[in-house]
Amino acid sequence: MGHAVTKPLLALSGVSKSFGPIEVLHSADIALHPGRVHALIGENGAGKSTMMKILAGYQPPTAGQVLLDGAPVSFASLGEAEAQGISLIHQEFNLAEQLTVEENIFLGAELRRGWFLDKAAMRAKSRELLGRLQCSVNPDRVVSSLSNSDKQMVEIAKALLRDTRVLIMDEPTAVLTRTETAILLDQVRALRDHGTAVLFTSHKLDEVVAIADDLTIMRDGARVWSGQARDLDEHQMAEAMVGREISTLYPPKSATRGARALEVAGFSVPGFASDIAFTLHKGEVLGIAGLIGSGRTETFEGLAGLRPATGDVRINGQPVTIRHPWEALAQGLAYLTEDRKTRGLLLDKGLRENLTLQALHKFSRWFVDQRAEQRALDQAVVDFDIRGSRDVSVGSLSGGNQQKLLFAKTMLSDPEILVIDEPTRGIDIGTKQQMYQFIRDLAAEGRAIIVISSEMQEVIGLSDRILVMRRGRISGELAGDAATEDAIVRLAMGVGQSAPLERTN
Amino acid sequence: MTTATLSPRKLQMSVIGPILALVILIILGALMNPNFLSAGNISNVLSRSAFIGIIAVGMTFVITAGGLDLSVGSMAAFVAGLMILVMNTALPVMGVGIPIVLLGMAVALAAGLIAGLLNGLLITRLGIEAFIVTLGSMGIYRSLVTWLADGGTLSLDFTLRTFYQPVYYGGLFGVSWPIIVFAIVVICGELLMRSTAFGRHCAAIGSNDQVARYSSVRVARIRLLTYVMLGILVGVATIMYVPRLGSASSATGLLWELEAIAAVIVGGTALKGGFGRVWGTVIGVLILTLIGNILNLTDLVSPYLNGAIQGAIIILAVVLQRERKPGQ
Repeated sequence: MGHAVTKPLLALSGVSKSFGPIEVLHSADIALHPGRVHALIGENGAGKSTMMKILAGYQPPTAGQVLLDGAPVSFASLGEAEAQGISLIHQEFNLAEQLTVEENIFLGAELRRGWFLDKAAMRAKSRELLGRLQCSVNPDRVVSSLSNSDKQMVEIAKALLRDTRVLIMDEPTAVLTRTETAILLDQVRALRDHGTAVLFTSHKLDEVVAIADDLTIMRDGARVWSGQARDLDEHQMAEAMVGREISTLYPPKSATRGARALEVAGFSVPGFASDIAFTLHKGEVLGIAGLIGSGRTETFEGLAGLRPATGDVRINGQPVTIRHPWEALAQGLAYLTEDRKTRGLLLDKGLRENLTLQALHKFSRWFVDQRAEQRALDQAVVDFDIRGSRDVSVGSLSGGNQQKLLFAKTMLSDPEILVIDEPTRGIDIGTKQQMYQFIRDLAAEGRAIIVISSEMQEVIGLSDRILVMRRGRISGELAGDAATEDAIVRLAMGVGQSAPLERTN
Repeated sequence: MTTATLSPRKLQMSVIGPILALVILIILGALMNPNFLSAGNISNVLSRSAFIGIIAVGMTFVITAGGLDLSVGSMAAFVAGLMILVMNTALPVMGVGIPIVLLGMAVALAAGLIAGLLNGLLITRLGIEAFIVTLGSMGIYRSLVTWLADGGTLSLDFTLRTFYQPVYYGGLFGVSWPIIVFAIVVICGELLMRSTAFGRHCAAIGSNDQVARYSSVRVARIRLLTYVMLGILVGVATIMYVPRLGSASSATGLLWELEAIAAVIVGGTALKGGFGRVWGTVIGVLILTLIGNILNLTDLVSPYLNGAIQGAIIILAVVLQRERKPGQ
């Protein structure tokens, strides 16, 4: 009732978005009102980012309308949306790290007096902006020396300078500590009270409850719930986000547990994870769930010798010390990165060079046997169904084919223990299914497999057992029927297990 | 939106470019002076190319792996000075003969290896920029050789020099030693770059060192090895160079680092790393040496403009290289 007192400032009406043949957003609606905070929640891949990008003019909708002050608009460029007072703050900060706070705020919009910069005016204005945000950071500080929450404030100050009426924030608290989050939320409230329309996404439902006036829940590219945030509690939100049975996307589990392959105890990666302990068996798929920033990737990068780490690690019962990636590989442990474009593949090289990079020693005595490499590529193309021309650089393959190539590359070194970080990020459903089958087959061969994933369904559908991480620690273990999305969400977010569902408001 | 395809046609253009430039230069030279193609002149050009060429082969690996070494010119001067000093000191004990020459050569190779190792360790273990480390060591070696020579010139003992001279002026079947050594270094370098895991790893590291690290490549060790190899090759070049003049001073090897880098780039190796070819570097060296040679043999353009023309060629080569990857 108090909902519709104002006209929406910025809205999407029946907006769809397709990338090639795949529609990722199905006729979605959302309305942002001045002086209200709107939370957009949903699982990864639910279409949140796409909606935000369309709202901020980064991408045009395939169908439907973007309404600004009730009138349809189409932004030809980023600059146009910004000129209309719409700002999007990315999850990764978009700041020049080596410049000062003030230089960043005014970057590209410097105040001038004649030919020279008007430093006095800029100083006064940046003090005023930071003051409005109750941020006490010195404008002369270099941005790289700031905490994450202060960087967030600089981003917001930048947006304010450009007379922002709509502020869109993509997971602003993902990289913040609890205290930093509290400060940020206070300042978002201050902005709201100034009449700004705020849209933000978060995986942390307690924040949503704390700050949101309006709420939209997305699932699989469609809106599944929309209304006032106070109508739902955290459990209901989680249920609405999840609310679906796991399809036959996943191959049947054939858990024939073998001997212990990997035993980890008291394992810590300084700054990211501590007190990690678990056991992994041959023939088992162990899923690792948890929010982005919960230390999942860092823990296993530490285990693979890619980060400094301490702790007690045993492989096949023997204590091992792994300080470098090649030492891990020598012990039969390989880590398949989540970041295939900057850490997984050489984008400007061909398929053959990429395929054999990790296992090159197998193809060379004195010289690299290029014929054997070619045979290996032929085999990998068949085994992993890699499509596309072989004469192109890997950068021009599709994401799915890149992922298959990365998989083939890692398997060429024949690891006994395989850690796969985000096996299906950014690839289509058909390729996903293939990847799941590959992973299951490897487990059936008796390899020990760890799958790290942000997609809860994937973890559940694929794993024999699930560890949930939260803030650098393992917060729980789930197996069998206990492994539900609801249970994972609770462990990942630290929501109490025993809270009865009826206890609303 | 077609990203850099490795289509055969484009590849051929980048392959043909430097060869074409070399052929044009040779035709030009032959037209301008009949002596240009004489055996004497060709031998002269190749021998002169050998010093820079041997160093440039090592530089090709350093640059391909995403590094840089500015210190090679001063390193050569320092190694030459040290070699002369050790040989002169050992002369009363060892006398003139093959052993003392071998001692000198061993000193040169060891000094080069240690100098390269120091550069490499500072870059890989302490994580300092290659540009900074080698800019520093460039100054240090240059200053050390000036100090060793006490501001003047270090000269090899006359009798020793006469004995050692055939290493530059002599040869096998009419081909001088520097050319033979240069050829061996090039063949080994080409094989190493093209057909071994080491060469492949160099290109992978230069292309994206994170990917190499995540692929269990021993990034630091490979990088270190490229600098060590370059240091040893500087020692080899010095062994050939000392018998030519029999002396070392603060002016020895001046600007060699830039000539070597220029040869690598003109030959088609990417300055930012990730792609390198040794035979291209050889063509680069020949192009740069030929320009000087042609200017000396003809009076069309003053030989003093040698540097200007070389500079223009270098810039042109990089412009052509950039056109290989349109629309980044």
